[in-house]
Amino acid sequence: MTAASPSELMTIVSSRLLCDGTVCFVGIGIPSKAATLARITHAPNLILIYESGTIGARPETFPLSIGDGELATTADTVVSTMEVFSYWLQGGRVAVGFLGAAQVDRFANLNSTVIGDYAAPKVRLPGAGGAPEIAALAAETFVIIKHDKSRLVEKVDFVTSAGFLDGGGARQQKGICNSGPSVIITDLCCFRPDSETKELIVTQLHPGVTREDVRNATGWEVTFGDDLFETQPPTETELATLRELELRTELVQSGSGE
Amino acid sequence: MSKYYPLADAIQTHIRDGDCVALEGFTHLIPFAAGHEIIRQKIRDLTLVRMTPDLIYDQMIGMGCARKIIFSWGGNPGVGSLHRFRDAVENQYPNEIEIDERSHAAMTASYAAGASGLPFGMLRGFVGSDLVDHNPNLKSIDCPYTGERLAAVPAIRPDVAVIHAQQADKIGNVHLWGIIGVQKEIALAAKRVIVTVEEVVDKLEAPANACVIPAWVVTAIAHVPRGAKPSYAHGYYERDNGFYRSWDAISRSREKFSEWMNEHIMSENFEALYGKSML
Repeated sequence: MTAASPSELMTIVSSRLLCDGTVCFVGIGIPSKAATLARITHAPNLILIYESGTIGARPETFPLSIGDGELATTADTVVSTMEVFSYWLQGGRVAVGFLGAAQVDRFANLNSTVIGDYAAPKVRLPGAGGAPEIAALAAETFVIIKHDKSRLVEKVDFVTSAGFLDGGGARQQKGICNSGPSVIITDLCCFRPDSETKELIVTQLHPGVTREDVRNATGWEVTFGDDLFETQPPTETELATLRELELRTELVQSGSGE
Repeated sequence: MSKYYPLADAIQTHIRDGDCVALEGFTHLIPFAAGHEIIRQKIRDLTLVRMTPDLIYDQMIGMGCARKIIFSWGGNPGVGSLHRFRDAVENQYPNEIEIDERSHAAMTASYAAGASGLPFGMLRGFVGSDLVDHNPNLKSIDCPYTGERLAAVPAIRPDVAVIHAQQADKIGNVHLWGIIGVQKEIALAAKRVIVTVEEVVDKLEAPANACVIPAWVVTAIAHVPRGAKPSYAHGYYERDNGFYRSWDAISRSREKFSEWMNEHIMSENFEALYGKSML
């Protein structure tokens, strides 16, 4: 089997963080892939909630959108969009919010709104979607992002979803009660917030990645944790399952439409 | 069948220049056929409301129907940008559009408030987000019982709601199922309700708690099989993911977009467009 690509590695590392039985509010893209992989490998009772109102979805392929039909047909129940955000997310039923973003900064604030100025943006991104409330109301948040200097920045151009704001106790002082982003997974490493300053600290490096690689790809002066360790490489089972899922998805999606 | 009209008549009679219109459907049951008819009738200066603008608002914006957008996520799901929406926001092409940007949770609160006859919706939201600094419509309110500061958003009460459903009976009672999004809220929040349906049946087989919109709430119905394509209608046809992917290349340039719209939407007859895949 060929070695894992950066994107496959990131998906596999993320899937390992989702424990069996956890209730996870899943964003589309890699979060959805990682959650599906986790459910099919080590966490068969992982409960997936999508913002389309599909609660307890069990997809066997990767959905292209969060509202794909397979999510509805495999769910425990399908509720209205208002209900999923009010009763289920705001009601406190979600343990992990699993998000992507266009930019993440040193204090784990997320940007999915604009690059540049809001009124005259250089790049207009899709926008908030469900992210601000997922980030504020799930008990904790996992964030997944491809690692480069334009994405991991000192300060995001726009705070779509609050991380630790300016660091320290700023998040709590604003009245946000949950613990916030607990891990940022990239294709080079994982960051976790320092318990006091809330600055993102590198706690693990993926196989073959050096401190220098991370420094060169990050927009702030990176600190490495005292207990820095190397990520376990993907197992044959993880990689084979992920690739089989990708293949099945391709077959189903190329056959869709009429 | 007094509620039933040809689609063109339903749109022409009930949607006017300058109206606030919400075409809803969360990935599923997106009323594409009705949106295309609005484009063909060259209706202008619309305030378009939708949580996820999707391809249909990309097309309506690119064809110059929109003056303002109220939304929460403007992308092509799983694919990338909505290029016509971006061109309008970044370069004011084909015209300048005003944006009122919220989050999904805030949009649902706005719709629910509209349906409930309340002036605003409330949620625990936006704390620490820069959105509140850029959208004057996002305010806060203190809970009179606990003192907690909560987010407030103005109700959305469109002039017209447009939705697509799987079935209606001959009287005009409408039944939709699967991912039902915010369709019930928006139908009850709007002044006028236009519904397109896949199928007209003698009797709805709707269980007691099904999502049914009674005929007396509906202003006009059009029977439009495949009217949600290239999105999907649960139980009728799948989402055309291939078309969603190919839209990226079609919509990237102004010229290619115009060419495609002229060929497929402005001149194509209905049967040819919805009778098969758009590819």
